[in-house]
Amino acid sequence: MKIAITSTGNTLESTIDPRFGRCAYFVVFDTESKSTEFIPNPNKEAEEGAGPAAVQLVASRNANKIVSGEFGMKIKSLLDSLKIQMIVIKDPEKKISEIIAMLNH
Amino acid sequence: MSPRITRLRKVLNPPVIAGFKPYGPDAAKQNSEPIFLLYEEYEALRLCDYDMYNHHQASGIMGVSRPTFTRIYSVTRQKIAKAFVEGRQISIEGGKVYFDSDWYRCKNCDCFFNNTEREKEISACPLCNSPQVIGFDYDNTISEFEPALNDDICLCPHCGFEHSHEKGKPCVQHVCPKCNTLMKRKGIHKCTTTKVY
Ligand SMILES: [Zn+2]
Ligand SMILES: [Zn+2]
Ligand SMILES: [Zn+2]
Repeated sequence: MKIAITSTGNTLESTIDPRFGRCAYFVVFDTESKSTEFIPNPNKEAEEGAGPAAVQLVASRNANKIVSGEFGMKIKSLLDSLKIQMIVIKDPEKKISEIIAMLNH
Repeated sequence: MSPRITRLRKVLNPPVIAGFKPYGPDAAKQNSEPIFLLYEEYEALRLCDYDMYNHHQASGIMGVSRPTFTRIYSVTRQKIAKAFVEGRQISIEGGKVYFDSDWYRCKNCDCFFNNTEREKEISACPLCNSPQVIGFDYDNTISEFEPALNDDICLCPHCGFEHSHEKGKPCVQHVCPKCNTLMKRKGIHKCTTTKVY
């Protein structure tokens, strides 16, 4: 299973990015192969449409869960319709490595 | 028909398309006024005739009374029949609905998550696998996440002036300080008036 996490940087020591649509990087973690891929967010600076574009990117990588700090109303219903699970972590200090360790439970 | 007070109805999944167009040699000659199908009507049809729930179950899922459900459902059938018979487009849009899934909170790692499979029970946290999960009312606590919900802003329809809404005072009683127009609530209530065909 693939899980996307929004990240402030491109290392495992980076912290979770609380913004979903305008995060710096998406980390795609594969629970089977244990591999991680860092994808720079092309819509980071977009004036509008960053949220739906981020949903599309996550969906194109076949992620079925997404970990971030918040999801707006519109994004919530978009992800609901795609049956992509939203996981909200409100601690902005949480590191990507810590989240991956939790997912490896 | 007398106006009705409609309340929010749950729609679990928005439709995957915006509507339907008729085709065929005479399609263009037919009445071009589309039939507007509301989201809740689409949902009623989906629950009854696609997921095969009975009216009692479907009304529970949508959070409306059984008679209300039956009314929505029969309007839906009439609209679709009218579109088919008269060769009209169907446009699926608006209505007083919101898309919804159930939310949970993990007591162990303190994360929040939704359940994408309504039919299945949540038994463990998707992050830390702890079984210590409890139901969580995301919508009523959403202000924690999004303090600037449009809902709480009054907007002048004339000059676009905005100010934050005063609790307990209807927006239409506010007068715009710039142009003296009556103000209204800004935001998500873009629902068009329901036309019942
Ligand atoms: Zn947990
Ligand atoms: Zn004004
Ligand atoms: Zn107001």
